[in-house]
Amino acid sequence: MSAVDREQRVLSIIETARAKRAKFRDERITMAHGAGGKATQGLIEGLLVPALDPEGTGLAALADAGAVPGGDLLLTTDAFVVKPLRFPGGSIGELAVNGTVNDLAVAGARPLALSLSLILEEGLGADVLRAEVEAIAAAALSAGVAVVTGDTKVVERGHADGMYVMTAGVGRRDPRARLAPDALKPGDRVLVSGPVGEHGTAIMLARGEFDLDADVASDTRSLWPAADALLDAVGSQLRCMRDATRGGVASVLNELARAARVGVTVREAAVRVRPVVAGAAEILGIDPLYVANEGVLVAIVAPEAADAALAALRTADGSAHAQAAEIGEVRAEPPGMVLVETAFGGRRVMDQLVGDPLPRIC
Amino acid sequence: MAGSGTPERTVRFVDEFRDAELGRVLAGELLAAADPGRHYKLMEVCGGHTHAIYKYGIDDLLPDNVELVHGPGCPVCVIPMGRVDDGIAIAHEPDVILTCFGDMLRVPGSHGTLLDAKAQGADVRMVYSPLDALRIAREQPERQVVFFAIGFETTAPSTALTLKRARAEGIENFSVVCNHVTIVPPLRALLESPDLRLDGFIGPGHVSTVVGARPFQFIPQQYGKPVVISGFEPLDVLQSALMLLRQLGDGRCEVENQYARVVPYDGNAAALRVMGEVFALRPHFEWRGLGFISQSGLRLSDTYADFDAERRFATPGVRVADPKACQCGEVLKGVIKPWECKVFGTACTPERPIGTCMVSSEGACAAYYNFGRFARRHERAAV
Repeated sequence: MSAVDREQRVLSIIETARAKRAKFRDERITMAHGAGGKATQGLIEGLLVPALDPEGTGLAALADAGAVPGGDLLLTTDAFVVKPLRFPGGSIGELAVNGTVNDLAVAGARPLALSLSLILEEGLGADVLRAEVEAIAAAALSAGVAVVTGDTKVVERGHADGMYVMTAGVGRRDPRARLAPDALKPGDRVLVSGPVGEHGTAIMLARGEFDLDADVASDTRSLWPAADALLDAVGSQLRCMRDATRGGVASVLNELARAARVGVTVREAAVRVRPVVAGAAEILGIDPLYVANEGVLVAIVAPEAADAALAALRTADGSAHAQAAEIGEVRAEPPGMVLVETAFGGRRVMDQLVGDPLPRIC
Repeated sequence: MAGSGTPERTVRFVDEFRDAELGRVLAGELLAAADPGRHYKLMEVCGGHTHAIYKYGIDDLLPDNVELVHGPGCPVCVIPMGRVDDGIAIAHEPDVILTCFGDMLRVPGSHGTLLDAKAQGADVRMVYSPLDALRIAREQPERQVVFFAIGFETTAPSTALTLKRARAEGIENFSVVCNHVTIVPPLRALLESPDLRLDGFIGPGHVSTVVGARPFQFIPQQYGKPVVISGFEPLDVLQSALMLLRQLGDGRCEVENQYARVVPYDGNAAALRVMGEVFALRPHFEWRGLGFISQSGLRLSDTYADFDAERRFATPGVRVADPKACQCGEVLKGVIKPWECKVFGTACTPERPIGTCMVSSEGACAAYYNFGRFARRHERAAV
């Protein structure tokens, strides 16, 4: 067998192994389980789904929001543990509203109502709490959702980082939407609603661990106006939407490629990255495509609808998505994989993250 | 950093070295310079080059008969398991904060990684610079802050300067586990290896900013292989490959400096001086996959012995043999490609690495697995 054939064989064996459902074999939870990459996938697919949805009829779809049996309501939930509580462009309260609203929006559901749970640390300043409650109220008003129920708990000093916020959200499935992550077909186009990496970069810099200063703000915002505009413009030709939060655009595309057993090709030069974000990422040795966003959605649309979808995105919600771009397309090969055509003219795999992106040393 | 008025994606003095048009020009020149009747094996010594080659897909721009072999210059990859165990043991000592560079956290010892130690309660923190570790020591005088130092001559001067500052400020709760290594001994060991078949070296760029080009003269002089010291941007790597092919075509054999914008021939005298003050050569040091190499590792000099964490804390100091299935050594020597290793991609993956080549994104195996794992060559063969 020639070297090329042997290499091909080894690669096939690896891909077969990777296509299998992830297992949860770790002895302890590490930070990697929270980073949105392979360890998170192992936790969800190896422990949670088998226990909670053994029939594979609901949770197993791993959608941003799940259907409530017997109606057209979708339900989602999210927990917010960001540090610091306030950062350029937003705060934990604003995130808690927008994050949950966005999980509904990209599932094709108009957000209706939220629940709110607060876990507060003993000693938290009342002014800090008041500011976050006001941020929650303002974000809910802006997104057009009502907070209809809630809960508060206080834990001893040292047991929570100031405050944690949990929200759940209910939305009504939009009749225009025919979304399914496995509906991707070769030829479909990949759209991204704005420049990537802003939220994660803003948080990293706000933590002050790097002695780097840059004018970067979180992009946290409701994505319902963008989703609404897309549904209006292209309706059933919109295959799927995702908000590119933890793990960034790269992780979203990997999940979709895996779910639909298709390949995705990304043209690196077409991805919008603001110069300050590109610069910070360069210095920190991180790829902006893996950095979290809180106001960017990825939409997969049929090829003939791509231009209309892009035009609709760019004018949705004022100028919020004016920089929306088509960054790549769905292909038949290689199934389950995301390839990047680099701006330099070469190609590489864009894989799932293994854990937190650990910077290279030199 | 670029201001708000500049066009997108222009990070000045970076994008200039990633120009796709110039890349195509160089690719054409490489094709012209390569003798079609010959197969070229060029080793990039440095892990930073390996990373760049995969990140930009540089393989796609090389002629089919020019093969890049990944060398031993990933500082994380060469740390043996016993040293990781020592670091973990120190991290579990009461009151200790163990600090290290990010990709060191995932390197497996014989019982898990520093990240696992962190999950078990040890205070392990990632830093970008040893100065950050010193700052933690300054801010928390009641804790013992230990920096797990790794790297070639590239990072050693920053450890040395940090220790000088610690002494000047009288910071006593700071110490260093010194795993610094030097570049020339492993290259010599590699060149002595009977199964090595290489035509030339893409020389390490960042190491050379410190040591200069001079220390690599022995490679052409004693072993008859050309060296081109290279920068880390894709155009740098392509141009260095071209310079090597031209040397081979012209029958020349010398050390050339492609990275002259940063690398002076004699290196950085101030950095070398401070290293000489703070460090001393160990008689021998173990390298993952390569075994013991004489005079290849650094310890703290007698003048700085009071900052030596290996003296301050009891460590197991046990040598742990590399796992049997692991072929990191052969990968590091360029004898086999990552995918030719028996456990590559199945038992050994970035999420559960057996060998250190799979840990750091600069490691040959991780770089291939993460970025290169598709049928690039197969597609070519089919054409």
